[in-house]
Amino acid sequence: MQYQSQAVAKPYFIAAIALFVGQIIFGLIMGLQYVMGDFLFPEIPFNVARMVHTNLLIVWLLFGFMGATYYLIPEESETELFSPKLAIITFWVFLAAGVATVLGYLLVPYASLAKFTGNDLLATMGREFLEQPLPTKVGIVVVVLSFIFNVVMTMLKGRKTAISLVLVLGLVGLAVFFLFSFYNPHNLVKDKYYWWWVVHLWVEGVWELILGAILAFVLIKVTGVDREVVEKWLYVIITMTLITGIIGTGHHYYWIGAPAYWQVWGSVFSALEPIPFFMLTIFAFNMVNKRRREHPNKAATLWALGTGVMAFLGAGVWGFMHTLAPVNYYTHGTQLTAAHGHMAFYGAYAMVVLTIISYAMPILRGRAANSNKAQVVEMWSFWLMTVAMVFITLFLTAAGVLQTWLQRISTTPMSFMATQDSVAIFYWMREVSGVVFLIGLIVYITSFFIKGETKAS
Amino acid sequence: MATRFTKSMARNIFFGGSLFFFLLFLALTFDTNQKLPKRDNSQNLTASVIHGKKLWETNNCIGCHTLLGEGAYFAPELGNVYKRRGPDFIKAWIKSQPTGVPGRRQMPQFNFTEQELNDLVEFLKYTSEINTNNWPPNIEG
Repeated sequence: MQYQSQAVAKPYFIAAIALFVGQIIFGLIMGLQYVMGDFLFPEIPFNVARMVHTNLLIVWLLFGFMGATYYLIPEESETELFSPKLAIITFWVFLAAGVATVLGYLLVPYASLAKFTGNDLLATMGREFLEQPLPTKVGIVVVVLSFIFNVVMTMLKGRKTAISLVLVLGLVGLAVFFLFSFYNPHNLVKDKYYWWWVVHLWVEGVWELILGAILAFVLIKVTGVDREVVEKWLYVIITMTLITGIIGTGHHYYWIGAPAYWQVWGSVFSALEPIPFFMLTIFAFNMVNKRRREHPNKAATLWALGTGVMAFLGAGVWGFMHTLAPVNYYTHGTQLTAAHGHMAFYGAYAMVVLTIISYAMPILRGRAANSNKAQVVEMWSFWLMTVAMVFITLFLTAAGVLQTWLQRISTTPMSFMATQDSVAIFYWMREVSGVVFLIGLIVYITSFFIKGETKAS
Repeated sequence: MATRFTKSMARNIFFGGSLFFFLLFLALTFDTNQKLPKRDNSQNLTASVIHGKKLWETNNCIGCHTLLGEGAYFAPELGNVYKRRGPDFIKAWIKSQPTGVPGRRQMPQFNFTEQELNDLVEFLKYTSEINTNNWPPNIEG
């Protein structure tokens, strides 16, 4: 570790992994409820499990992004962090808020939670992914602002690189677009329209800047390729991201009451959205092929390459599959959306966080890389989780295609529940894949505890 | 070397391109807002509908159902449920939950008052009258 203050990243990474475990457990509960409808009812109804599953995902990714930032900003800026103390305080605030929110979901009926937490003052709750009570939302804003303040102050006193600039732009965008979560008009069409300014402009906009910056940083470190080359790639990729992704928001505006012209804008621009992801893959493989050093951390390199490939497949290919308006007319809101969501979030965001953890954690623990033995176990977990996710996606895709056919295209359309019963076999297979994913995650955690010969950092 | 593509050129294209497309997005959003009143059924946003929307939110209905195709995919689409089932069925259905049939997906009992049930139905009626470009493809949602 070059700078002492980089050490604040460690608790962030540990919290991220812990919450990741929670996310997967609730995912398995939901997966089982798809086929055993009354499982854990009424203790944990499906909607509660889903809130916990998706909210934990968001929170652990945010922990990962923050940890990544605290790790790479001192190194990029060539100076100690502005305030390590502030970073630790915000860590505990964020963790406490996150845990309290999840406990609130699990222990209090949602309507009561809304009443106790001031939803009558400003109604923001009860919208997908933005279910957090008002105090949690305000807490997120405060934590993110203090975090950005800390990072910007560090940058200002040190070297300003393209990687840190892009990262901070992404983080500022994350904060700015989250503010739309406080806007909840009575008009349902407007509510949905601006809801996407948080959800879409996060995951198909500013988060990709964060993803690109983290990946570029790790690639410079593990390959030793010239910074000028890497940063040029980074700019070109994120240019394509925003050029396609911003107007690409239109693919959510086809059927929610917005004008029909969004079918054209959304189809054209979102059809181009796979391009930046494809470039990301080419970028990662190119840099590794042109490497100027053999970094001892092979696992981190594997995660970095995996991020490129899986982000392209999940976000790029599976997104494209149902993004054109004439296709989406039939597939909108089916299991195809779920298939795409799973692989895209895992491939792009979960994997980039696991990439930086894989690279940084050994260094934070005082060695350049883990022992060969530990790395082999970590690489096993990579394959278990990644292959399991591929199968989850394939089974959900099969369910989605059948669902679309039976319920929407067939000349004798079936009802929603009759359709669900017909595709149950795929939900079972998805659940089995989910168990394999959990095994992969357990193997991943085990890899942190495997000793063996290591090289000093 | 005049044609060499440098990092600062890439950066300038990034800032210029992103700004241009963001402004275009804002312009389209402005135009959308001008056109919405003809499509979004906002003339029927009564106090009852507004209260119904709040009930929809504070009971996390979106955690299982989709509404105009957005939400969770565990339970039926409700954007057109008013047209599919009608007001009386909707109320009776909500009141009779959970079914308790072994192995079937269960919907919680929310203990709504008659007034609240009416407001929810009004909200679902308002939603079903939004111009969604003929989505969903058929009544099953």
